[in-house]
This record gives sequence, structure tokens and C-alpha cells, in this order.
Amino acid sequence: MKIQSIVDLLEAEVLCGADLLDGNVQSACGSDMMSDVLAYVKEQAVLLTGLVNPQVIRTAMMMDMHCIVFVRGKVPSEEMIALAVENGIVLLSTEERMYAACGKLYTAGLGGGEEDDT
Amino acid sequence: MSEPLKFHFPVSGGDFTSAGKASVQVKKLLRQLGISPDTIRRVAIAMYEGEINMVIHANGGSADLEIYGDHIKIILADTGPGIPNIDLAMQEGFSTAPDNIRSLGFGAGMGLPNMKRYTDDMQIDTEVGVGTTVTMRVNIA
Repeated sequence: MKIQSIVDLLEAEVLCGADLLDGNVQSACGSDMMSDVLAYVKEQAVLLTGLVNPQVIRTAMMMDMHCIVFVRGKVPSEEMIALAVENGIVLLSTEERMYAACGKLYTAGLGGGEEDDT
Repeated sequence: MSEPLKFHFPVSGGDFTSAGKASVQVKKLLRQLGISPDTIRRVAIAMYEGEINMVIHANGGSADLEIYGDHIKIILADTGPGIPNIDLAMQEGFSTAPDNIRSLGFGAGMGLPNMKRYTDDMQIDTEVGVGTTVTMRVNIA
């Protein structure tokens, strides 16, 4: 799924990385627990979270994730945005709650990546 | 056998928001050395969890990286409180981290299990009241 499609589906605001919306993500992960995100390795994944601190960006960097969606209208700090820009990570903010945001992406065909584990 | 490439990184304690900076540096360094992305990710995640642990529990410490021809060794050393029961600490979900750390997205009892998951070997030397040294090996794919 193109990142632009995530923007459209979630009516998200693009906080940084507007030039990278053509990029593809192949799976998604919704969590506020960064260690759970780290336990789950998939390339080209998008992270949906309600957590706002620099470790969210660093976790995405460790996992080679290209896009983070902050749910419930949360907006990251300037420091976090700068870190994302430096590392080519798209940051989005949506008013949707976590459950609804994940549901919309899943329904549109973006899986959780477990399909590949079998 | 040729000497390994060695790198040393201090891990400052108390400042949770900057935790992980050494892992970011290591990631860039390994990329410059042409190591495969999968190997880089495993090293970076294991080291990142270790850094977070040192900041949460031990007021910081140090991280050493040794790059050999066929594997990478990560040595994380601190002079923190030590781990009284390693078997318990290795259980997913067991955590002694304070609540404020949980609100930051860590402290779920996944750190050490994740470090083990992503490495080919992990040894923990710990003494209560003295400190902990975690030595991890990641084979180069």
C-alpha cells in the first residue's frame, strides 16, 4: 500500500516526508509498547501509535520502518520531527483512534505481516 | 586471524529521551562497512534494548562493539544493581521497571527476551550490588 493511500484512508495530516508519500508499506503494526514493536521485525512496515516521545522514532529507525502514524490527533515534538526528517521517515497524524485506524487500513488490504510467518 | 574492529560508546544514564543514540551510531557504522541489512537490524535492536535497560536500571554504562570476519560481538557493561534472578528476568513479561518507564513505551519485560531473540548467543554475567555485563554475538549473514 502506498503511504499516500494511508494519508487518504485516515484523513491524516502529513507532518513531514511529504516527498516520500509514493513509498510502499507492506504491513502494519499498532502498539504503544515499543518493545512489542521491536519483537516484530518486518521491513517496510508502518507503525501506528498513541505514544509520543523520541523513542518512537528511534524504534522505527531500528526496524527500518518508513512511516509512523500518530493516532487520536497526537502531534510529535519538533525534536521528533527533526529526527524523522533526518532519517527519511514519514510522520502522519490522524484524528482516528487506534482501533479504528488499524481497522481501516486492514480492511483496505494492509495486513499485519503474520501471513508471511507460516 | 586479523584483529577485530573495535568501537566504544558511553551510554549516559538518567536521560531516557536520548537512550538509543549509541545504537543509531552503530547502525550507521555497520551500514558504512557494508554489513547486510538483516544483520544490522539484529545488532541494532539487541543493542538498543540493552541501552534502554542500562538507562532504566543501571544509570547508564558502556557499549563495546567488536567486528570480526564472521560475527559481531556486543558487550554491554554497567555498574548497576545487578540481576538477582536471571531466569525470572528472561521471562517475557517480567519487569522491575518503574511505572513511568511503561508510560514511555518500555518496561514491558521484553528487553532481555528480545536481545536473546535477535542474537545467536547471549551471556549474562551479573552480581547483585556490583553490576551486569551482557555479551551478545550476532553471526554475519
